[in-house]
Amino acid sequence: MQLIECPWCGPREEVEFHYGGQAHVAYPEVPAELSDAEWARYLFFRDNPKGSFAERWSHSAGCRRWFNAVRDTVTYQFQTVYRVGERP
Amino acid sequence: MSTTQTFRRGDLGRIDRTTLLQFTFNGETLVGHPGDTLASALLAHGIHQTGASIRLGRPRGIGAAWAEDPGSLVQVEEPFPEPMLLASTLELFDGLVAHGIPGQGRLADVPDSAHYDRSHLHVDVLVVGSGPAGLVAALTAARTGARVALVDEQAEAGGALLSSRELLDGAPALEWVAGVVAELQSFTDVTHLQRTTAFGVYDDGFVLAVERRTDHLGTSAPKNVSRQRVWRIRAEHVVVATGAHERPVVFADNDRPGVVLANSARTYLNRYGVVPGSRAVVFSTNDSAYGAAFDLAAQIPVTVVDARPAVSPTLLDRSRVAGVEVLVGSFVRGTVGVERVEAALVVGQVGDRELPCDLLLVSGGWNPAVHLFSQARGKLRFDAVLGAFVPDGEVRGMSVVGSARGTFTLAGVLTEGRDAAITALTNLGLDLAAPATLPEPPHEPAAASPALLWRVEGPAEYQFVDVQRDATVADVQRAVGAGLRSPEHVKRYTTIGTAHDQGKTSGILTSGILAELLGAGPDAVGTTTFRPPYTPVAFATLAGRDRGQLFDPVRTTAVHDWHVAAGAVFEDVGQWKRPRFYPMPGEDMEAAVLRECAAARTSVGILDGSTLGKIDVSGPDAGEFLDRMYTNLMSSLAVGKARYGVMCGADGMVIDDGTVLRLADDRFLVYTTTGGAAKILDWMEEWLQTEWPTLGVYLTSVTEQFCTFPVVGPRSRDVIGAVFGIDASAEAFGFMTWVDVEFEGVPVRLARISFSGELAWEVNVPSWYARSVWERLLEAGQEFGITPYGTETMHVLRAEKGYPIIGQDTDGTVTPQDLGLGWAVSKKKPDFVGKRSFSRPENLRADRQQFIGLLPVDGVTVLPEGSQIVDLVEELPAPPVPMLGHVTSSYRSAFLGRPFALALVKGGRARVGEQLSVPVGGRLVTVEVTSSVLVDPEGARRDG
Repeated sequence: MQLIECPWCGPREEVEFHYGGQAHVAYPEVPAELSDAEWARYLFFRDNPKGSFAERWSHSAGCRRWFNAVRDTVTYQFQTVYRVGERP
Repeated sequence: MSTTQTFRRGDLGRIDRTTLLQFTFNGETLVGHPGDTLASALLAHGIHQTGASIRLGRPRGIGAAWAEDPGSLVQVEEPFPEPMLLASTLELFDGLVAHGIPGQGRLADVPDSAHYDRSHLHVDVLVVGSGPAGLVAALTAARTGARVALVDEQAEAGGALLSSRELLDGAPALEWVAGVVAELQSFTDVTHLQRTTAFGVYDDGFVLAVERRTDHLGTSAPKNVSRQRVWRIRAEHVVVATGAHERPVVFADNDRPGVVLANSARTYLNRYGVVPGSRAVVFSTNDSAYGAAFDLAAQIPVTVVDARPAVSPTLLDRSRVAGVEVLVGSFVRGTVGVERVEAALVVGQVGDRELPCDLLLVSGGWNPAVHLFSQARGKLRFDAVLGAFVPDGEVRGMSVVGSARGTFTLAGVLTEGRDAAITALTNLGLDLAAPATLPEPPHEPAAASPALLWRVEGPAEYQFVDVQRDATVADVQRAVGAGLRSPEHVKRYTTIGTAHDQGKTSGILTSGILAELLGAGPDAVGTTTFRPPYTPVAFATLAGRDRGQLFDPVRTTAVHDWHVAAGAVFEDVGQWKRPRFYPMPGEDMEAAVLRECAAARTSVGILDGSTLGKIDVSGPDAGEFLDRMYTNLMSSLAVGKARYGVMCGADGMVIDDGTVLRLADDRFLVYTTTGGAAKILDWMEEWLQTEWPTLGVYLTSVTEQFCTFPVVGPRSRDVIGAVFGIDASAEAFGFMTWVDVEFEGVPVRLARISFSGELAWEVNVPSWYARSVWERLLEAGQEFGITPYGTETMHVLRAEKGYPIIGQDTDGTVTPQDLGLGWAVSKKKPDFVGKRSFSRPENLRADRQQFIGLLPVDGVTVLPEGSQIVDLVEELPAPPVPMLGHVTSSYRSAFLGRPFALALVKGGRARVGEQLSVPVGGRLVTVEVTSSVLVDPEGARRDG
């Protein structure tokens, strides 16, 4: 079980957190203007890199805040965590 | 009763001879002493055989002195039945009743009366193993003031020093051990736990250890102390000082009782004062077995069979002095005997010989106990000199020291322990006070190189690699013959290493033998992966307190006790206990539900709907926020009004539904489904925090703060009017409106909402006062025969009206349009979550599954929920039969006087009036497709 650094609470046990998939996939400004293909890309397509990956996490059993993290998908190790609206 | 411990010797060992413990093994009453294991006590009586093997039924006995023992599996009967324990790790206590097993034990059929718990520990340095390396590391760390944990699986500290007669600083080594333990005890931030096995290493310094707290006390274990405890240790740095396991050599009939690892015999002699035989042959490939030979030679005749062509003159001199005969360049190729070894068959320089013995000691070298390092994803490399796999490189936050890393001199072990601690403490930024002073071991002559020997030539089918699995060299040969090359595959093919001991002795042997068969080096073949647990851990221990009542939280409403008193039959809805129905004497569920449904449709019924999720949505942007979350418009809702709403995912699929009350301009109360309460709160939070952080909206769960009682039926108006003294007429109290009233000083919110199609009110009351309001409603309804009803009736009533239950009638692939809820999807709003998806081609297809009703034409069949629906046929054609959809809800209807169902069917709404077939248990039931609304489609009943 990993120790995950919540940017609000500090290091906490992995079981307190919830995974939220790839970070920085913004909800489109005006979905109505998107083609079906563009909308499908937003809905269904996510990156799956080997190595560093920016992800969303939620400290769901703690402060209940969402935050972002860069994690290595090979070693699972968290490289950095940062608050919503910030950049790594 | 046998009290003659024939094989107990002098004053050797760390047992308490002044106290006699009585125990029973295989039906025989025997004695031993505190400090004994079951194995050492058995050996004191000359008993080697404990049971038989699992497949071949061959005799099996004690093979080692601790957890690497592959042989001595026993079943404990008293004080509590436990299967598959090792005699060699089971501490003896008075009253123990145990017997050997044929490879497999028997689980207790009575509940375990002991309790188990867990404890958390956060430390700077965790040291695993309190042998010389671990003690030095722990002491060095402790002296800096660091938080330190030292865990070790044995009853007392000392590790390998407990087994030998080493001297440190010219005194018995155990005196030095006692001094270190005493000093450790003086630090408040040091947790020193013996009888504690670190069995698993996980991420970021997380280590699980199991402490056996009262096992060794047997029947006198205090009832108020947990029997075993799982320690959840989070360490900045882990020092692995877990020692090494001696490795056997494989030869024919090497599985007989009396065949024991050489240094384990030394342990039995020096630690337990037991000489495990009367005539010993020691088969060795290395110098370490000579220590055992010399110690034993003071008690019994010993012959060493050394596989090496020559041994050092020093060893030969010492052997001569000790009276030990040494045969170099020789091998044990087999044994004689059945239930106990009677002779060793030797080949080599001196020719073929049969050496009589009742104890055959074996040493093929040492395997560092790299389990924890490997669990932490540490890489291993094959050390050709040691003939073993050792740590290769480092793992962040972990160091491996002493014989666990392949260092076998006492001086080297001590130095590594101290140096590893110094490095770790420096990295942690801790102030090094005074590293432990290293005690001086006597000069050890440098050990000569061991010979690398996995097996001696002989009949492969009698050469046991894994004696627990009865797996032989022949099995490995078959695996290779079948084309397997990887030890992982060979393990699964042969089952080697899958038994109780998880291959502690057999794993490396397999790699070595496999390498020989493949003509490769063990370095190329590698090992299997080491996985937790290091030694078996009982499920009861892992479960800890999470059993019975504490297994999972149970949520009950404020009226729960009333339901219990009323004889309700409950169902689990998530963690909630909800009344399913209230049977009258003699009623089954079907009868009770028909009665409850009839009451709600003809008079008045009452439901405890308190489990509905409730979310308070407040803030200046609350209306805007809900407009974005719901498919319909919420910001236009007037204060005092309620509106039904549907929520979708971004993919346009329905995820929840419920009513929304506007409490004030900037405040809404959102009702979710019972199951969706937590999920929808999370869903809303996610959007608020990650997409719309500038919206001024605050979400608060109020599910448990308010109870909700739907009062349902034509006479509900009378009950509500009477209890709350209001004008409940349709004109004064419109559908989908709410008012706050006061009831004997208690604030109550009445909302005219109906989940049944009947005239109905939902009575909302703070949970503290809920029971009295509930009882008052029942009292007022008495003259109308008010009938409490449960979830089953609630389901029937809503289904008769075609109201879907999200999660039962939907499965994440259903849009509001599919459900016939297109009317609840706003055309005006430019966007809301899900909107863009409604125009995806997939969601516009005419053959999408749509929500409809089904009436079995025979008027009697209740279709099983989940039944598949196919075109109308006389009999099923050959597969594949195209499926049109499935039954999502199905009930008997008191109102309709017949069963009915709801279903998702391809192009369902266009099929209304058509007949279809539903296969039910081997026959075909013809059904008519109807609208999903079967009762009161014109909605006349809702105003009473």
